[in-house]
Amino acid sequence: MNKIFETPLYPYARSADQDVAEPVRHKAVVVGAGPIGLGAAIDLAQQGIEVVVVDDNDKVSWGSRAICFAKRPLEILDRLGCGHPMVDKGVVWNQGKVFFDTRQVYDFNLLPEDGHEFPAFINLQQYYFEEYLLNRLRELETEGASIELRGNNKVLKVEDKGDHTTVLIDTPEGPYTVEADWLIACDGAASPIRSMLGLDFVGRIFEDNFLIADVIMEAEFPTERWFWFDPPFNKGQSALLHKQPDGVWRIDLQLGWDIDKEEEKKPENVIPRLKAMLGDDVKFDLEWVSIYTFQCRRMEKFRHNRVIFAGDAAHQVSPFGARGANSGLQDTDNLIWKLKLVIDGLAPESLLDSYDVERVHGADENILNSSRSTDFITPKSDISRGFRDAVLDLSEHYEFARPLVNSGRLSVPCTYDGSALNTPDALPGGPERSRPGSSCSDAPLDEGYLLQRLGNDFTLMAINTDAPAELEESGIKVGSLSLYSEALDPALAERYLGEAQSAVYLIRPDQHVAARWEKFDEAATRAAIRRAIGKE
Amino acid sequence: MSLTLTPNIANADDFYAELLAIHEGRSKAESDALNARLILILANHIGDRAVLREALAAASQVANEET
Ligand SMILES: Cc1cc2nc3c(=O)[nH]c(=O)nc-3n(C[C@H](O)[C@H](O)[C@H](O)COP(=O)(O)OP(=O)(O)OC[C@H]3O[C@@H](n4cnc5c(N)ncnc54)[C@H](O)[C@@H]3O)c2cc1C
Repeated sequence: MNKIFETPLYPYARSADQDVAEPVRHKAVVVGAGPIGLGAAIDLAQQGIEVVVVDDNDKVSWGSRAICFAKRPLEILDRLGCGHPMVDKGVVWNQGKVFFDTRQVYDFNLLPEDGHEFPAFINLQQYYFEEYLLNRLRELETEGASIELRGNNKVLKVEDKGDHTTVLIDTPEGPYTVEADWLIACDGAASPIRSMLGLDFVGRIFEDNFLIADVIMEAEFPTERWFWFDPPFNKGQSALLHKQPDGVWRIDLQLGWDIDKEEEKKPENVIPRLKAMLGDDVKFDLEWVSIYTFQCRRMEKFRHNRVIFAGDAAHQVSPFGARGANSGLQDTDNLIWKLKLVIDGLAPESLLDSYDVERVHGADENILNSSRSTDFITPKSDISRGFRDAVLDLSEHYEFARPLVNSGRLSVPCTYDGSALNTPDALPGGPERSRPGSSCSDAPLDEGYLLQRLGNDFTLMAINTDAPAELEESGIKVGSLSLYSEALDPALAERYLGEAQSAVYLIRPDQHVAARWEKFDEAATRAAIRRAIGKE
Repeated sequence: MSLTLTPNIANADDFYAELLAIHEGRSKAESDALNARLILILANHIGDRAVLREALAAASQVANEET
């Protein structure tokens, strides 16, 4: 049995950087080859920026970690060239059931909106997720992109030198130093780089423990998310069962605060718990068992001169709502195009501060949502438990109470309302969901899907009106996409026109709307582009 | 619409008796649960977030004055 997570996929190999007297300077160094570091590196390489990724390990994710990936990150991954392998391998799900005590109180269908290339959610083990990212990285390497991944390279020290950062890296053959124009810290929730720079990470720890188990079983359970409040097999606590590929099932059992973690983790204690949950006759093997406590916290600022934090290093949430990796990918989606413009001298360095503003906003939204879920799942007072139970009891009989049941509000994309990069909305009657700051919703085109045509560069999208095929402003080439009513899918009209007869959208390289109007206006468009790159 | 804080229930005594009647014979825990369900049902019926906020404030206000 040699599983993917046991295989060294990027074993240590000596680099030429270790044999030089003067440290080599790199354009970008990414620390951490988790989902976010790999995403950042692939995006950089696709933008033609030379990048070195270092990780203190040489394998994909170990243990029970992310399983649930939402539509927006899948769309981002598609732009990065690896969305489809994830969906092909993943388990697509829409159905769920909620149980309270011994009863099923209701079931639901997420009823995903039609006309999107990607499903609302897939379940996929984090080790597969990282494997597909690694495959994509290797593919780019083969194509000649300047991307290098160094395993068993552990960052020991970073120093801010004003216009660059020096990075001391330990290897099995001893330490060496490199310099980075830009350092992207994706070194996880325990971020050593954060500590090295003496930066804080404040927030809230939830006084609770969760036993997270991945079990392999041949079982009849359907492809649904099952969530129990106060079930007979875990009295006073909660439980979750969710399917992953390869017959692996994720089980979360809330354990409470005062427990002996080492005892609880022992198979002789875990197996009876799982039997009580799954039934005596179900045969299963344990793939992983871990005990987690969860926290919600973030750094005050994600950018510290030329060191930029992303993913769990910058913010951490409880997993209810599947917002960790999902939001981390939105970080690098937001960051990399800005960094590219700054590196190319096309935008002022201050553009990077908008990364801070936009993604701190995203992190706050995630922290708010996952704190609320955690408070519902693990009520902190008698009155809070009373209302929680009342909601659950009512939900069995009355539809109105079901939206109040909070077993995790699943990740949706963040809208950057109020960002300085947005131009005020100038499309009367335009749909709310596509206002400046929002991420573009997918929609079917004559051939393929809208999001396949957006991203990586600025795009001017004209619907039922004319816009120039090409436009250059401040050295930035803006492509165009013209859509006329004969070919217009009703979903596209609903998502981008609303009450308006025509529309012109300026869309950022991360597929977020920067500005929109009814008709093309050259001066307004140029001003909006300058604003979107931090020049106004 | 704003929160009604003037008398609005016809035959108020009858309503009050009905309110107490549903609690009859119940333990403290059962009554607490019943009250919670009732609050949620009424809140949903009102629906309007501005009115609900006013109601939350009006109820808290009295509690603050008492303590
Ligand atoms: C039980 C559980 C369930 C979850 N479920 C979900 C879910 O359903 N959906 C979701 O989106 N998220 C989920 N998450 C969160 C998700 O796992 C994380 O958000 C995600 O792994 C963050 O990725 P990252 O790349 O920021 O950090 P990590 O994955 O932690 O990667 C950090 C990397 O940095 C490396 N590193 C650290 N220090 C150094 C150093 N000094 N030098 C070099 N390298 C270093 C590490 O080896 C590691 O490879 C879950 C988490 C848990 C624990």
